[in-house]
Amino acid sequence: MLLRHTPSEIKERKALTINPAKTCQPIGAMYAALGIHGCLPHSHGSQGCCAYHRSTLTRHYKEPIMAATSSFTEGASVFGGQANLLQAINNMFTVYAPEVIAIHTTCLSETIGDDINQIIRKAYDDGKVPEGKHVIHCNTPSYVGSHVTGYANMVAGMVKYFSESTGRYRDQINIIPGWVEPSDMREIKRIAKEMGVKAVLFPDTSDVLDAPQRGKHMFYPEGGVTIPDLKSTGDSKLTIALGPFGTESAAALLDSKCKVKYELLDLPIGISATDRFISGLSRAACVEVPTSITAERGRAVDIITDMQQYFYNKKVALFGDPDQLTALTEFLVDLEMKPIHIISGTPGKQFEPRIRNILKDKVPNANVRNGANADLFLLHQLIKNEPVDLLIGNTYGKYIARDEDIPFVRMGFPIMDRIGHSYFPTVGYAGVMRLLEIMLSALLDRQDRDAPEESFELVM
Amino acid sequence: MVDVLAQRERQVFRKGEDTFNIGCERNSVAGSVSQRACVFCGSRVVLYPIADALHLIHGPIGCAAYTWDIRGALSSGPELHRLSFSTDIQENNVIYGGEKKLYNSLIELIDTHHPKAAFVYATCIVGIIGDDVDAVCKQVAGEKGIPVLPVHSEGFKGTKKDGYRAACEALLKIIGRVATDKISKFSINILGDFNIAGETWVIREYYRRIGVEVVSAITGDGRVEDIGRSHGASLNVVQCSGSMMYLAKQMKEKYGIPFIRVSYFGIEDTSEALFAVARFFNDVGLLERTGLLVESEVERVNRRIRYYREKLKGKKAAIYVGGAFKAFSLIKALHLLGMEVAVVGSQTGNKDDYTRLKDMCLPGTIIVDDSNPVELANFSIEKEVDLFIGGVKERPLAYKLGMGFCDHNHERKQVLAGYEGMVNFAKEVYSSVMSPVWRFSPRKTVGAGNGVD
Repeated sequence: MLLRHTPSEIKERKALTINPAKTCQPIGAMYAALGIHGCLPHSHGSQGCCAYHRSTLTRHYKEPIMAATSSFTEGASVFGGQANLLQAINNMFTVYAPEVIAIHTTCLSETIGDDINQIIRKAYDDGKVPEGKHVIHCNTPSYVGSHVTGYANMVAGMVKYFSESTGRYRDQINIIPGWVEPSDMREIKRIAKEMGVKAVLFPDTSDVLDAPQRGKHMFYPEGGVTIPDLKSTGDSKLTIALGPFGTESAAALLDSKCKVKYELLDLPIGISATDRFISGLSRAACVEVPTSITAERGRAVDIITDMQQYFYNKKVALFGDPDQLTALTEFLVDLEMKPIHIISGTPGKQFEPRIRNILKDKVPNANVRNGANADLFLLHQLIKNEPVDLLIGNTYGKYIARDEDIPFVRMGFPIMDRIGHSYFPTVGYAGVMRLLEIMLSALLDRQDRDAPEESFELVM
Repeated sequence: MVDVLAQRERQVFRKGEDTFNIGCERNSVAGSVSQRACVFCGSRVVLYPIADALHLIHGPIGCAAYTWDIRGALSSGPELHRLSFSTDIQENNVIYGGEKKLYNSLIELIDTHHPKAAFVYATCIVGIIGDDVDAVCKQVAGEKGIPVLPVHSEGFKGTKKDGYRAACEALLKIIGRVATDKISKFSINILGDFNIAGETWVIREYYRRIGVEVVSAITGDGRVEDIGRSHGASLNVVQCSGSMMYLAKQMKEKYGIPFIRVSYFGIEDTSEALFAVARFFNDVGLLERTGLLVESEVERVNRRIRYYREKLKGKKAAIYVGGAFKAFSLIKALHLLGMEVAVVGSQTGNKDDYTRLKDMCLPGTIIVDDSNPVELANFSIEKEVDLFIGGVKERPLAYKLGMGFCDHNHERKQVLAGYEGMVNFAKEVYSSVMSPVWRFSPRKTVGAGNGVD
């Protein structure tokens, strides 16, 4: 067994993460930046950071990932990375002609104390930034938060650099999605359009990281939020922020900078959270919910009514990012399932109380852990002590699923061994249907596999 | 978009058009979308396959997360190397230092898993905050009685090659710790094979058949104890010279063990590797057994690849790999399949490597050092390539261009080394190049013009 090294006795660890349920900030910033049209993400640090992020994103999306690096050397680490970054900005505009360069920092450049604001100013002063082009940045020290924090920081960077309040009122709603897949972003846009709401979604990685095969390499794929749209967010009626960990900092900044109020919702995963999103959108834009959306909801609910008995009382372990886990936990409870182990490597005090509040009297003794030592080693130990019927998480869950022989549904980042996440959403009522399908398939395949001959069922 | 960055012009060479003076072994230009990685990456990939050692990454979580079980380096026993251990440095450690955390982590892990040795990888930030990793390792080694070895792999301290060297330094501290009695005089170490998809096992089997004892395969399916007695071998046989030449040279200096450079990729190079070892020992029986093995294997491979060769004849390939040495073998193997190499490049080749590449290639071939996706796409389209051979970052690029692809890096799924590997390689190339999916790709139907928009 691959995880033979996991003892079932849980001891409090002093200082150690084993098989993490998170990764570092910069990759989140890189992912978010790819959601701006014509943007070249730039990693201000050693070459390896950029290579690792590109490789990991490539494994997850099966797409080429374009990003540049400051290629730190020993000299840069001693004297500061300004010279490298200035040269990099110049080279990127010369060679790759991006509309915008989105710089994120790394543990290295943060620790040596590079002042990115000042370096960007100098790049403009020195004429390294062509007319009409942009350089934005965010700070993403790898030793703070997680990849989700990095995503949030880059989204806030978009507001900081682009959102403008011109005083001209625009009949549009900003929607900021937390870290979700291109398929999810596409679905959120579709829902808004279906409801007749003019929305600016940012970031938007649809048509960037789910690009069609065209027989050529689109260095800047068609998708991504445009700069004019990003600027216009300062004149919008309202911002709907989906998932506090990924989006609240950007939404709050947009409020303080441009006086655009925001409504903070969960990621629209599951029936209840999608209901809140749809009604939030309908209220914000003063539109009726169209019958087409109601019908989608009806179909999703219909599946649940048809198959409810297979969900009832099933114990679930889930791990991943806090915004997903919160919405997913609520969904599982709505299905009368029992999420008993919930783990996220991303730190943040609001996570546990929120989850406990959802679980309240349903699963009062659930193990809910996030931040330090909340890793897959711990999750495996918890599962050994109290087994589950279903495991939900990213690809790394497959070790536990195999060793403990648990049905496994892949959701989260990264998924490196299956396809689907880029193309089929888990948000909205369409997402509900997909989640129901993959969870049911996992559970029923298992039931078929284990059923004795006499009770092997044809009709389920 | 500019085709080739001005500062990089000398790093691209077209055989027959330019005078040969390729630039290489330079730092990447800041701001380029380089395919290169860092020092840590170099150390991590080399030491990773040592399966009964603890690999603890001292730094923020990312370095451990991104290298968690990403290399298909197989173990015949322990699987400790496939877990991801990190000190997960936090802001207060950056301010107050992470030595205590490192110490506690090591003690906890060694007590739980009883590894035969521990490698502690120092990442970028450790070099900056000034943790005395050597001192902590020494202390823990004293307390726990196993080798605890610092690997100075701070990402910014050079290139991947410097990471190889740091890994070799750590290995040198293990070598010589175990007694070397009962080692045959016909004995070797295999250096620079990582047992990806089980390749070391295939190579070991050839040596077993010709009567050569493999003392240690150092890295591939590696064990601390074997490495400890590897100085008892008569010869070091070095593959992937980029990563292991330093170790071979040091072992020669320290223990007087001679070394030879070989490659196990393709039938020509595999045969030459076995013969070179046999010639070194200059034993009649050994030479005879080698001759028989090579003869029967080559005949078998040729028979099995005949079909693929017919189908692949005249197809064109682009190669972009980490070390140039691998490119030599790939060119030969592709030639064996009747294919032409139109573009070839590496991340870390040196002048000698590129000279040799130039001599092996046909006129018109593009040779490139430290390339990037734009160049690779443009060159591949210009040369109307049918197959791209590279690593994880190149795969989707090739697919987007509508070309076949073969991973000759960490993500290979089957043995590509040795005779068996040549057959697998032929099959894999065939299945990708001849896949019906390319019929649906726009490049084949409308012609996309330039490769990059």
